[in-house]
Amino acid sequence: MSAGLVAEQLLNGLQFGVMLFLMSAGLTLVFGVMGLINLAHGSLYMVGAYAAALVAGWTGSFWAGLAASLMAAAIAGALVEMVVLRRLYRRDHLDQVLATFALILMFSEGTRWLFGAFPLYLNVPASLSGTVLLPMGIVYSKYRLAIIVCGMAVALGLFILIGRTRLGVRIRAGQSDRQMIAALGVDIATLYTVVFALGAALAGLAGALVGAIQSVEVGMGEPVLILAFVVIVIGGIGSIKGALVGAILVGMTDTMGRFLLPVMFKNFMDGATASSVGSALASMLIYIVMATVLIFRPSGLYGKPA
Amino acid sequence: MMSREHLVNAIVIALLVLVPLLALVLDEPYLITLATRVSILAMAGVGLNLALGYGGLVSLGHAAFFGVGGYVTGILASHALNYEPIMQTPWMIQGSTEMPVIWICAALVCGVLALLIGALSLRTTGVYFIMITLAFAQMLYYFSISWPTYGGEDGLSVYLRNTFPGLNTMNGIHFFAISFAWLLAALWLSSALVQSRFGLALQAARQNPVRVAAVGIAPYKVQLTAFVISGVITGVAGALYTDLNRFVSPSVLSWHTSGEIMVFVILGGVARLVGPLVGAAVFIILEQSLGGISENWQFWLGALLIVVVLHARGGVMGFLAPENGHA
Repeated sequence: MSAGLVAEQLLNGLQFGVMLFLMSAGLTLVFGVMGLINLAHGSLYMVGAYAAALVAGWTGSFWAGLAASLMAAAIAGALVEMVVLRRLYRRDHLDQVLATFALILMFSEGTRWLFGAFPLYLNVPASLSGTVLLPMGIVYSKYRLAIIVCGMAVALGLFILIGRTRLGVRIRAGQSDRQMIAALGVDIATLYTVVFALGAALAGLAGALVGAIQSVEVGMGEPVLILAFVVIVIGGIGSIKGALVGAILVGMTDTMGRFLLPVMFKNFMDGATASSVGSALASMLIYIVMATVLIFRPSGLYGKPA
Repeated sequence: MMSREHLVNAIVIALLVLVPLLALVLDEPYLITLATRVSILAMAGVGLNLALGYGGLVSLGHAAFFGVGGYVTGILASHALNYEPIMQTPWMIQGSTEMPVIWICAALVCGVLALLIGALSLRTTGVYFIMITLAFAQMLYYFSISWPTYGGEDGLSVYLRNTFPGLNTMNGIHFFAISFAWLLAALWLSSALVQSRFGLALQAARQNPVRVAAVGIAPYKVQLTAFVISGVITGVAGALYTDLNRFVSPSVLSWHTSGEIMVFVILGGVARLVGPLVGAAVFIILEQSLGGISENWQFWLGALLIVVVLHARGGVMGFLAPENGHA
């Protein structure tokens, strides 16, 4: 096992973590501000990926596809919020789970209806294809590196937006006391729609970025959604900082677990058994991490105690 | 004097018996299979209803119990059919094709599993509880996919239904009778539990855990007990489901299964005795009728569910037998 391979896996873990952050940020914001648990967040990821693949297919430009993914997911998110979800903010979590589960059925079947069951493909743009030579002689995919940079930039932008702008002040105020800020004259309904559309756009962006390395298909959002849940449970629901820490932790744990566990097991069992036991255990690793975090901190690393 | 709810309950259960009997006379075996499916899925819902409805424990991970119950059946039967012992050291454990043995094993395994998952998950509340139960089920789902011994992603086939003394389980109506008897047992247990002191404590713990603790009952213990019983009922239903399909695959462990069991409960009416049965029956009827009209029936199912959540709280039972204000 060479140092270059380990470095590559570490970067893959970081890339996965950054992508999970884009998903979790919206989920945790929506929960923090509106108190809504949104299972349909993964569908917005899928909407972003489909929009990117279709527009990139028509125009031939990856960048137009990326812009389309942001727009399409934000519009879909705002529509869903206005038509269905805003009626659910005062309901209990059970109603929210059921309604957003129903939305998943509609998004998945609707997409299959419109675009068929076959996956679409989105190509990596020419300027980002190939590899790049990093310091210490590490060769790494240019596109994956771009995802890391892009995700980090979005994370920074989000922290500035929440911490330094007027919209951010309102979002934070909405998190701590929604009645008070409504009484102060903030249009709370519009604020909610904006927050939801923002979260949706981030999910759509994640979908488009990942769409170029995987296939774009119905149901692609669900595994990512569940990982995003794990992330925000670890980080503490409602905390953007927690989402960032949780996302990197989950991304790293999952990637390194899949890489290292089979290798470790090879030391004391035969090759085939080692790789099957190792990969079975690796697929459970992040849930074990989550359970451990919850045993010691039942409301996550950065969550407010319930 | 029979209350309206008792009357509706009796009619619903009578219908579930009449449909397959009528199907037997008319020689429509497919209807018998559907009624069996309704019974088994309803039983899974009865299990969940105990935790979710009466206990207020919104578990989005009951696929774990349904699926593990299913895999217990599949694994025991495949070992017995291949004449391979499950383990030889330290004890000799053989597979089995006897349903009663399989049910006991499924109940034990799911009980221990529910104890583990419940003990950890009940440390959290609200949305954390929803997500951690979901995560535990996903953990088992990915494990079942990546563990190759029992078919991995392809699942496990059981070529012949397991046996029950005195009945021919391959005969549709006989297997329906077994499933229906289990559903009745689960309904009876659920009704007895809810009316017992334990059930009152459980419902009180949902409404106000602090007060329950103040009168000297530990809410955690009551909720954990309810969660374990709930998991066992859903697990036995899972064991029957494998026998119905003669097949088990990781999809029974997927979170869609958890979502669907939850849909049965909510569509029928949360914390209503026969709610899960009504919900499962409506779901299967919709699946069959919408499925005939449109390939994309799940789209319409989704739309219908949203309308139910937004405008018809209390589900079908809330419509058939409205609760008196106090429940």
